[in-house]
Amino acid sequence: MDDSKAIFLKDATVNAADGDQRAFINKALGGYYTNRDLQKARYRDWERARDAASMAKWSAVNDLANVLEKFVSNFERNGGVVHWARDAEEARVIILKIAEDVKAKAIVKSKCMTTEEIHLNDALEKAGYGVVESDLGEFIQQLRGEAPYHFVFPCMHVKREAISELFTKHLGTAPTDSPEELTMIARRHLRQLYIDADIGITGANFLVAETGQISITENEGNARLTAALPRIHIALSGIEKVVNHLDDLSVLLPMLATAGAGQPMTCYNTLYSGPRKKGECDGPEEFHLVLMDNARTRILADPEQRDSLHCIRCGACLNVCPIFKNIGGLAYGTTYQGPIGSVITPHLRGLKQWNHLSAASSLCGACTDACPVRIDLHHHLLRNRRNASKESPTLFDLAFHHGFTFVIKRPWLFALGGRIFRATLPLLQKLPLPYMGAWMKTRDLPKAPAQSFRDQWKNQNV
Amino acid sequence: MRVSLFVPCFVDQLTPKVGLATAKVLKRLGHDVEFRSAQTCCGQPSFNSGQWDVAREGAIRALSVFRGADVVVGPSGSCVAMMRNFYPELLKGTPHAAEADDLAARTFEFSEFLVKKLGVTDVGAKFAKKVTYHDGCHAMRELRLKEEPRQLLRAVRGLEFIEADEGETCCGFGGLFSAKFPMISTAMAQVKGGALARTGADYVVSSDPSCLLQIGGWLSREGKPILPLHIAEVLANDA
Repeated sequence: MDDSKAIFLKDATVNAADGDQRAFINKALGGYYTNRDLQKARYRDWERARDAASMAKWSAVNDLANVLEKFVSNFERNGGVVHWARDAEEARVIILKIAEDVKAKAIVKSKCMTTEEIHLNDALEKAGYGVVESDLGEFIQQLRGEAPYHFVFPCMHVKREAISELFTKHLGTAPTDSPEELTMIARRHLRQLYIDADIGITGANFLVAETGQISITENEGNARLTAALPRIHIALSGIEKVVNHLDDLSVLLPMLATAGAGQPMTCYNTLYSGPRKKGECDGPEEFHLVLMDNARTRILADPEQRDSLHCIRCGACLNVCPIFKNIGGLAYGTTYQGPIGSVITPHLRGLKQWNHLSAASSLCGACTDACPVRIDLHHHLLRNRRNASKESPTLFDLAFHHGFTFVIKRPWLFALGGRIFRATLPLLQKLPLPYMGAWMKTRDLPKAPAQSFRDQWKNQNV
Repeated sequence: MRVSLFVPCFVDQLTPKVGLATAKVLKRLGHDVEFRSAQTCCGQPSFNSGQWDVAREGAIRALSVFRGADVVVGPSGSCVAMMRNFYPELLKGTPHAAEADDLAARTFEFSEFLVKKLGVTDVGAKFAKKVTYHDGCHAMRELRLKEEPRQLLRAVRGLEFIEADEGETCCGFGGLFSAKFPMISTAMAQVKGGALARTGADYVVSSDPSCLLQIGGWLSREGKPILPLHIAEVLANDA
């Protein structure tokens, strides 16, 4: 068994048995459901808004080369510098090179999952740069030395008391159970870091082709400070974040907020239009944008799953996923958790090592219904399963399903097998058989009837 | 109407009363009911396990079994979704594609057939019990059925209907998922089964016998005083 699968099974087993933690997550999401439904009801027609949002992403993704070129030429006209990165390694090298060129001493970062995807903090720290997360949740996770639990709510699993203890330990502050006070502690600590930093690193929610602007959405104002105060602004973005028109944001921004966090709009939505221009009093001196492929073009080349590039990383699919809610975000071992993570991680990191995430689903489809840009999420899990069993079938699976199909193609054998199965069921339930043993550990089976349906039907209808 | 029964393989072997009840209701409404004994399993276990090549063999076989049937009615949202939605995907681009589409259009889930095809909500049943309902995910999200079973249950004489919390939450069955990832599946059963038990209903009713296997199996192991029952079994009780 691959390491990633073994670790997943171990962590998922432990977490699924942790009733307290599951109840805590469930309660946190309960508030989200209420707010989300309230905000969805304010749309004249949520389903048509989903169509529009999906179409906005579709039209950009399906013309990606042209739309990207248009974006880049407008971004450069605004005075920004574009760097192309084929993969995570190239993106890290580019960012480290910029840091070296500008002789950076301190770096501040706002929330950006793409930087998590390339493990940027590790690379920066190894090269000797101090880097601080400025998003409160990410800041907490950084202090905990833990990856984000949820790609929108990074520390949703951490209780207030634990945050207070963490701050006492690392920042020397007095214990408190007031969320406002905890926020103020982080705020006081971070404020000077923005001022001291040479480089601010952000992500991008959308790249607007027609204006060459970058759109960043946040609730805390930390991304604005990260982008505006340091001398150098570096943004890292996947190439799929581009949209054609500024007008597309009129549907995408509110839907991102509502689907992701149950908000009408996120508190701060900012369009960044290049570095400080002559006569302007603020903004960075240099504005770099790293546009990264890292398997996006591989997904683009797959006509079945291309729509997974529509993802606006709102997290709605995680919030409704019974798997996510019961095993927690860390068990996935991925940058992107939940259904979208299970769909795209095999493309990012390899199908053979990561197809177990697609298998670990009841295919309930709650994710697909929740997705604001209509990604066919749960059916993509099926497609990953198909691709995985083509690419690296297991002997057990082949034997089981060929055997099963051999039986169901022969009604007499199916009926005979069924009779034997029913007669021996009391015994079978006690044996450590594959599948049956796992079922019987926590659940009963109905008592086997003496006669099958087909037997009873025959007797009734002769 | 001449109705060809589609009896899921595990109903055939483990809960035949569901198939008999389905036939009884359809006959009571005046329809001719046939059971083609060449049918076995729709192939969904292999399809969901990624073994599409062997699942295709099962699908092609099912096409021939139900060839010429006016309508095919099955008491399972999941197995009907396999025929309706996934056979066409599985057989896309093969010589069987057209027949798969044709079968999909003739195949109905039991409550869907009664309400949407026949326009019947009162089948003349009586069942003086407290009942809650579990929506199978395939019925709810693949077939878009939600109101149909409720309309049928509300028309049953003496029946008291109670909605449960976690109304749209999966029970955690998911076919072989329940045995491949038993810890996750059981956690899901706890969430769903717990909410159903809290209603204080006598029975949890569903149009999906596979969900009832999971929910009923967990409720029984936990000793909860609520029993699984298929909707056809409720509707089969004469007034």
